[in-house]
Amino acid sequence: MMTNPNGIVTQGQFSFLPPLTDVQITAQINYALGKGWALSVEYTDDPHPRNTYWEMFGAPMFDLVDPAGILMEINNCRKTFPNYYIRVMAFSSVRGVESPTMCYIVNRPKNEPGFGLVRQETNGRNIRYTIHSYATDKPEGERY
Amino acid sequence: MTAKTDKIDIQALLEESHINEVLDKLDQDLVGLVPVKQRIREIAAYLLITKARLQLGIEAAKPSLHMCFTGNPGTGKTTVALKMAEILHRLGYIRQNHVVSVTRDDLVGQYIGHTAPKTKEVIKKAMGGVLFIDEAYYLYKPENERDYGQESIEILLQTMENHRDDLVVILAGYQDRMGTFFKSNPGMSSRIAHHVDFPDYDENELLEITKLMADSMHYNLDKPAFDAMKDYIQKRKLQPHFANARSIRNALDRARLRQANRLFNDAITHKKDTTAADLSLITEVDIRASRVFEGGIEAKKT
Repeated sequence: MMTNPNGIVTQGQFSFLPPLTDVQITAQINYALGKGWALSVEYTDDPHPRNTYWEMFGAPMFDLVDPAGILMEINNCRKTFPNYYIRVMAFSSVRGVESPTMCYIVNRPKNEPGFGLVRQETNGRNIRYTIHSYATDKPEGERY
Repeated sequence: MTAKTDKIDIQALLEESHINEVLDKLDQDLVGLVPVKQRIREIAAYLLITKARLQLGIEAAKPSLHMCFTGNPGTGKTTVALKMAEILHRLGYIRQNHVVSVTRDDLVGQYIGHTAPKTKEVIKKAMGGVLFIDEAYYLYKPENERDYGQESIEILLQTMENHRDDLVVILAGYQDRMGTFFKSNPGMSSRIAHHVDFPDYDENELLEITKLMADSMHYNLDKPAFDAMKDYIQKRKLQPHFANARSIRNALDRARLRQANRLFNDAITHKKDTTAADLSLITEVDIRASRVFEGGIEAKKT
């Protein structure tokens, strides 16, 4: 594909860039902490873009001041789920915002099979299109 | 190496870190504690020189910074830990000027599998700064083999080793009990570079502390009140649970309470008008009313 030469799942921030190094992740965390946002780590093995509810790896880290603690948690998560998608989220508790403000993938499976296009025939020879991840053909936990 | 990089301006390093201000402030703010101040100065100097060596590439590894403060209650261990964090921060050994102060309760869980997440949570919070563990000897309870404290100690040790750049651990506690603690946890002892012992305050120092504390609360003590305080300190020292500066703080707090009550009663009975000076004056009466003069808590009971 022209738009996604690496053939990897692209969602959240920085996903068209090469994988972030720990130094870069630390810099991003620093930025979020400077804004007063709470960081959290989440993981999943269902790469569908509409899959918004990823599993939380531990509770969101509200009262941390230094990126080292969060990086430690990211590395813990990488160790536990080396072949999963792992993302870092920053949550803004500012009244009126109260939602994630940053989200980027920090770990992905070694091999991402990608998505297939599914066509469904409906009334009057209409066709509905949807995408289907090849990985999700297998049950949870055995996908990658 | 060229001649240019061979030289390093220690003076510039000193000024850049403003370390002298912190040390001077330490001297001013803390009464007595001469050996402690001396040790802190030594440590600060050592850290500064190490920083210079690191910059020149003579030294490769960062020095171990974990410390142990031993001394009786109320001798200023927590206060010095805060100052230490500031020194370390200014010299760039820690990234954040913050101290997370914890005790056994914050680290050790109540059931199996509870301790590790709890300890890790605390460590995460302290990352980049100083983790101050008060009464650290409570972590290890030799009389209970299945105590979860040991688990907490192991996690701490691991972090002290693996995250040396991210975290400085300061342990505090009574000297004799910390001694036993280190004897039974040799791993802990060998990872701590600096042992600082806090001596008790003598009576004059305690009086000076009284003055400092009263000043900071914007209260004045008149001459008879000071004499009363002197008596109070002499008597209080002999009674159980004497906690140096903390006892002084408590005594002052109670004196403030009695002073307020006295002014309140004066106002009700219209004895005299209260002036601004009255509001901030603690008199002899307020101090002499303490039960310490009647022999303390023990005497009251019987």
